[in-house]
Amino acid sequence: MNIAAGVNESFAQLSNYLIYSAMAVYTLAFLAHIAEWLFGSRSKVARTSAALAASAAGAACATPAVKVTQHGGGTALLDRPQVVVRSTSDDRGATDGIGAAGTDEQGELYGRIAISLTVLAFLLHLGGVLFRALSVGRAPWGNMYEFSTAFGVVAVGTYLMLLSLGKKVRWIGLFLVGAVLLDLGLAVTVLYAASDQLVPALHSYWLWIHVSCAMISGAMFLLGALATLLYLWRDRYEIKAAAGRSSGALASMMERLPAASTLDKFAYRANAAIFPLWTFTIIAGSIWAEAAWGHYWQWDPTETWSFITWVVYACYLHARATAGWKGRKAAYISLAGFGCFLFNYFCINIFVVGMHSYAGV
Amino acid sequence: MGTTETGAKGKAGNADAGDTADAVAEAISTAPREEAEGLDGGDDTAASADGPGLGLFGWIRWFWRQLTSMRVALILLFLLSLAAIPGSLIPQESNDPVKVQDFLKNHTTLGPIYTKLGLFHVYSSVWFAAVYLLLFISLAGCIIPRSWQFIGQLRGRPPRAPRKLDRMPAYATWTTDTEPDAVLSVARRLLRKRRYRVEPGVGSVAAEKGYLREAGNLIFHVALFGMLIAFAIATLYKSDGNKVIVQGTGFTNTLTQYDDFKHGAMFDPDAMAPFGFTLNAFHATYAPSGPQKGTPREFAADITYFGGDGKNHNTTIHVNQPLQINGNNVYLTSHGYAPVVTVRDGEGNIAYQGPVPFLPLDGNLTSQGVIKVPDALGKGGTQDQLGFQGFFVPSFVPQSGSMFSQFPALGNPVMMLTAYHGDLGMDAGLPQNVYQLDTTNKKLKQFKNADGSALAQKLAVGDTMTLPDGAGSIHFDRVDQWASFEIVHQPGNELALGSAIAMLAGLAGSLFIQRRRVWVRTTRDAADRTVVELAGLGRSESRCVGEELTVLVGELHAEAPTAADTPDTPDTPDTPDTPDTPDTPDTPDASDAPDTPDEPVEDSPENGSDKERV
Ligand code: HEM
Repeated sequence: MNIAAGVNESFAQLSNYLIYSAMAVYTLAFLAHIAEWLFGSRSKVARTSAALAASAAGAACATPAVKVTQHGGGTALLDRPQVVVRSTSDDRGATDGIGAAGTDEQGELYGRIAISLTVLAFLLHLGGVLFRALSVGRAPWGNMYEFSTAFGVVAVGTYLMLLSLGKKVRWIGLFLVGAVLLDLGLAVTVLYAASDQLVPALHSYWLWIHVSCAMISGAMFLLGALATLLYLWRDRYEIKAAAGRSSGALASMMERLPAASTLDKFAYRANAAIFPLWTFTIIAGSIWAEAAWGHYWQWDPTETWSFITWVVYACYLHARATAGWKGRKAAYISLAGFGCFLFNYFCINIFVVGMHSYAGV
Repeated sequence: MGTTETGAKGKAGNADAGDTADAVAEAISTAPREEAEGLDGGDDTAASADGPGLGLFGWIRWFWRQLTSMRVALILLFLLSLAAIPGSLIPQESNDPVKVQDFLKNHTTLGPIYTKLGLFHVYSSVWFAAVYLLLFISLAGCIIPRSWQFIGQLRGRPPRAPRKLDRMPAYATWTTDTEPDAVLSVARRLLRKRRYRVEPGVGSVAAEKGYLREAGNLIFHVALFGMLIAFAIATLYKSDGNKVIVQGTGFTNTLTQYDDFKHGAMFDPDAMAPFGFTLNAFHATYAPSGPQKGTPREFAADITYFGGDGKNHNTTIHVNQPLQINGNNVYLTSHGYAPVVTVRDGEGNIAYQGPVPFLPLDGNLTSQGVIKVPDALGKGGTQDQLGFQGFFVPSFVPQSGSMFSQFPALGNPVMMLTAYHGDLGMDAGLPQNVYQLDTTNKKLKQFKNADGSALAQKLAVGDTMTLPDGAGSIHFDRVDQWASFEIVHQPGNELALGSAIAMLAGLAGSLFIQRRRVWVRTTRDAADRTVVELAGLGRSESRCVGEELTVLVGELHAEAPTAADTPDTPDTPDTPDTPDTPDTPDTPDASDAPDTPDEPVEDSPENGSDKERV
């Protein structure tokens, strides 16, 4: 293991420039998203409240038309039987809003610009992380600055991947770009650490495994938490709308969000899909701890808060399966889980001295 | 969309609870049913339900039911996360006893309260144990019945088709000219191809798939017990000791050799593994420049060890790479310098010669230490004891104006010493800290200069400090390094790892696999044609039942097409409220086809904004 290998200063410099450029472009994307939402508010959107009153609880599943051979021997396009899907009780039949831009063309244009800018910013951001890795010749997440920047790459990358798979996740764009800007802002100011080698305790291939898993889990939890916040918001709006009450200044915005049940499902899928990886993160950390400190579990503050985060998310999964806890209560629990993740990352790393020599701030 | 009536019916407080999609969906899991009553009001309800004479047995049963309900499991999980918090914010005896002492010193009112509450050892405190033990009892009470139920389900067959299939969460029907038996046999084939467990019935087929979900869930929860047991074994049988070893010296694994030693309640000192090692050399490299100048880059200890085979082996221990020997792990934990000195007494005899480990105070290894010489003779042959106290600075930079080391490597090593003589207090029988001199001891006198100030001298390697009045001298010979090692014996790691892997596998099964049922029923209508009905049912969390049924319907319909001249929805007595299906699907766009119905996670939550997603 040759640790004394130096740091490539020009790559490090380039990495910093790329990160700053990414931030600038993210800011533009953020503004474009705002324009999208603003222009969208001009469009006439079918009132969700009307839809709610009608409460169309069931809907047909999209079915591809099938070719069916008829008795006559010729091929004709026949109507295929529809599959009727009955909603469950946590679904009040609200339909998804049509998106930030509404039916406004200018809004739509800004929305597309926002996405293009996000792609550009993402590439710069990714480049920044890659050059950081090249400059130090190791995994680019050896301190909080690096973790924060790489974390943002994973979050935006996941979002763009979902978009490219044709999933309708554009509604999260504004909020995600905002969150990533905040993350990068903290990274380059409070958390900044110059390119450098690691203390011996971090020399391990577990750094690659454990920390990258923590990062990916965190990014998915972030997506889940953003969707949960929007769910809570939209849910309150739907409740009010169903009761025939108007819901304030932001009603036009909420109208264009997906239905509460859609947001809730998205949040659940993000959280549930990543929970096993978070479990693995803790297990990998324990194996590393065993190799580095001789005990796989010592209730070190960082370990403890990872465990608390895990238990709170387990609570959330249980709540989803428990009558009377579904919906908003479960949503609050998942937010508490993400809060624990953030607390662990920011507060424990910086203010509480444990065995984790990670912070480097 | 013309399906409103079915939806409305499904939700209305239907007397037949099994008819609502939710209730039916719950039936597919072995999760405990929630009792109608809330937690708080529970006792009244239970009491009134069982009559006033609930009795001891009744109370126990009630308590047990509460404890093993999902709601209480939820609360206990929540309590567990809360209970874990204080230990991360208050210093813990097990991790940092020095900090606990500091805390007690600085918080004279809070300290004793914390002590009483066990807040300095949260994770071994009674209340923390109470929470997790209750949780595990609840867990046992939850998974044992669920396991039986699940085995029952595995042994049994997929349940027969419910009478009213159109009440199921996903439903489709059409009329065909194909014979009922032919339709059913195609259905069986299609379902088997999709790896459903198929149960043929009279005029119907029942199929179920995704048993691994429940199995995964049970495995996960059982593995939690494995983890608990592994923790218990580790706590009871572990041993953990530290040893400072100066370059060139060694260690054998016996209790007396340790500097300090902790062990679990069931630890047996006679069963300590026979091994030992010698520290040949220690290497450290540091960042030579830059903002992190002086931060360590690598530590390595070259050792020669012997184990049960009695042979010597050479190896190097790094920070993340312990030596594994006879079930023990030897970790490199820290290092420092040991100045080698020669102390002569008043008679000119060598009273002490050798290395003395100094303890690092800062990142640049400014170190503190004492040299105790219990057997010295004063001038004229009287019994005396000598003691030296001071600092060792590996990189002393006079221009820096600081007495502190400027870099952790050996650049310009110096020692600053003051000297004492008299009674070191070592004969008092009390255990003494080898790194401290008890200068409060009245019988210990500091050497003074002629002017009355304390004698103090800076020594470079090769320098000698001569004590006043011919009391002796100390010569700084050279500097050796020491390394400290932690030797850990912790059984149960294999069980912990195995449980962890089982937990992961179980979780993956539990979260990524969908349990679902499909029924196909054929009946004949008045015109003697075949009415085909398909229904799908999944857990309430699973949204892709509709999509999967759609694909099935497509395949089955291809082989048993709609009869040419029938209305879409025949009026059969069995399905009085069949929804009328619109003539054209909303979005007859092939790109909207569901992708992989087997993988719920892949299945995006957003393909189609204007419909209820499945
Ligand atoms: C020791 C603490 C526990 C942890 C860490 C834990 C964790 C989990 C997790 C992560 C899940 C999610 C898997 C899924 O959604 O399918 C789950 C599901 C479940 N847990 Fe636990 N659990 C614990 C204790 C319990 C207890 C005490 C009970 C019973 C009272 C219980 C009953 C269940 C049930 C029935 C499910 C399945 C829920 C469903 O079908 O969706 N668990 N548990």
